[in-house]
Amino acid sequence: MTRRRLLDGLLAATVAILLWQALVWITGVPPFILPGPLRVAGSLVDNAGLILDHATITVAEVLIGLVLGALFGAMTALHLMISPLARRLVLPVMVFSQAIPVFALAPILTLWFGYGMASKIVMALLIIYFPVVSTFYDGLRRTDPGLLDLAQTMGARPRRTLFFLRLPAALPAFGSGLRLAAVYAPIGAVIGEWVGASRGLGYLMLLANGRAKTDLMFAAMFVLAAFAVLLYAVVSVITRRMVRWSDETVEATPRA
Amino acid sequence: MKHVHPSSAQVPAPGLRLRGDFDHAGVPLFRDLDLTVAAGGWTCLLGPSGVGKSTVLRLLAGLETGGSFTGEIGADDGGPIAGRIAFMAQTDLLAPWLDVRGNVTLGARLRGETPDAARAEELIARVGLADHVHKWPASLSGGMRQRVALARVLMEDRPIVLLDEPFGALDARTRAEMQELAFETLTGRTVLLVTHDPAEAVRLGHHLFILSENGLSECAGLENEPVRAVDAPETIEMQVRLFRSLRGGVA
Repeated sequence: MTRRRLLDGLLAATVAILLWQALVWITGVPPFILPGPLRVAGSLVDNAGLILDHATITVAEVLIGLVLGALFGAMTALHLMISPLARRLVLPVMVFSQAIPVFALAPILTLWFGYGMASKIVMALLIIYFPVVSTFYDGLRRTDPGLLDLAQTMGARPRRTLFFLRLPAALPAFGSGLRLAAVYAPIGAVIGEWVGASRGLGYLMLLANGRAKTDLMFAAMFVLAAFAVLLYAVVSVITRRMVRWSDETVEATPRA
Repeated sequence: MKHVHPSSAQVPAPGLRLRGDFDHAGVPLFRDLDLTVAAGGWTCLLGPSGVGKSTVLRLLAGLETGGSFTGEIGADDGGPIAGRIAFMAQTDLLAPWLDVRGNVTLGARLRGETPDAARAEELIARVGLADHVHKWPASLSGGMRQRVALARVLMEDRPIVLLDEPFGALDARTRAEMQELAFETLTGRTVLLVTHDPAEAVRLGHHLFILSENGLSECAGLENEPVRAVDAPETIEMQVRLFRSLRGGVA
């Protein structure tokens, strides 16, 4: 099953690269508008050290942002669950804050947190915070009411019900929040790098673009995309392992 | 099979009584209901859907009903009901992330007590699941899952057991097996079984009540001990009587 999907992916990539090459041949566009795949691969090899250097920065920003965002998000969701006051105060602010595009915040974040990694980490954190909070909080609230009734007849303590029933029951929802976060976090970091940075793949892409080194721009973009896909795959594996007891893993075993 | 006495039962199980009116969103669901659940036996509450059977059970269990009750609910020994009940529903209500033993010991964990793993395993064996102690609910059949729920009730070891159509979703053979197992293991406790199945009520009840739009009525006439044979003439006769009165005829 997985091998089949891998083969399909490789096939799709091959077809896409061939089409790309064909497009370059047929239209005869100059390389600074659209470089062919071979040229981009060459640039990737030639600039491997440079790209790796910048990629390390971006990867660090994304990973730190992801971990912090997941952590703060999870803590916020739990807090919303425990405290009615937090629900009344924080929920409206959170919903309203979603009306502000994170892009619009990038310049001010750069002003506040500087040109270094901190502002990009904050960007990544902000962009994933809401999806993590809302999916996890939703999951925490949607515990099977029957299970909660059962807990009540058992004389459960409220905090224990939260941590032993609501929290594990919400893990599938939390997992889908984290998978969303894995998709958004690189976007946040790269926006931050575009707005103001001296290092990172976003910065490198902007720089290469400005100097008409389109092949380098594509090479950096390719590395960024590869990292984003890898990150999503790793987070998927982790979050699915977190809920081994649920859905697909279990459906594979025949029911008696 | 190792034999474990399922009930510690040092304290005799109390009888229960519920008297009063219930309104749901301003509309009366029942008026002047007076239900007595006899101590230490099986009382079956039979009736069509929507007449308030489950509401009665939830009131006794102290659970949210979404309406307002005026009247009194109590145990005949004067003690509180809360803390002395175990509850089993139509859906097994197993936590999917816990294995069989984890589910059976859930109550202890939710109360912050140390679960007695040895006793849990004895009770799991008692319901015939000794080979499945470490399986997740999703890999068990519906009947096996209800057995886990029964083991969880036994683990709670409460004198009062409230059953809300716990066998309704099972196939006929599994249902019959579960009825026998539940009856055997819950002997000595005060059991209220809410059901819409006349055959089940006749099979298991020391006392039978029908709840309908016209109120509560007791169906007396079964003298022998449950579990009763499905094919005995008096069982069949009673079943027909119950069926008629459920259809609105005269019992």
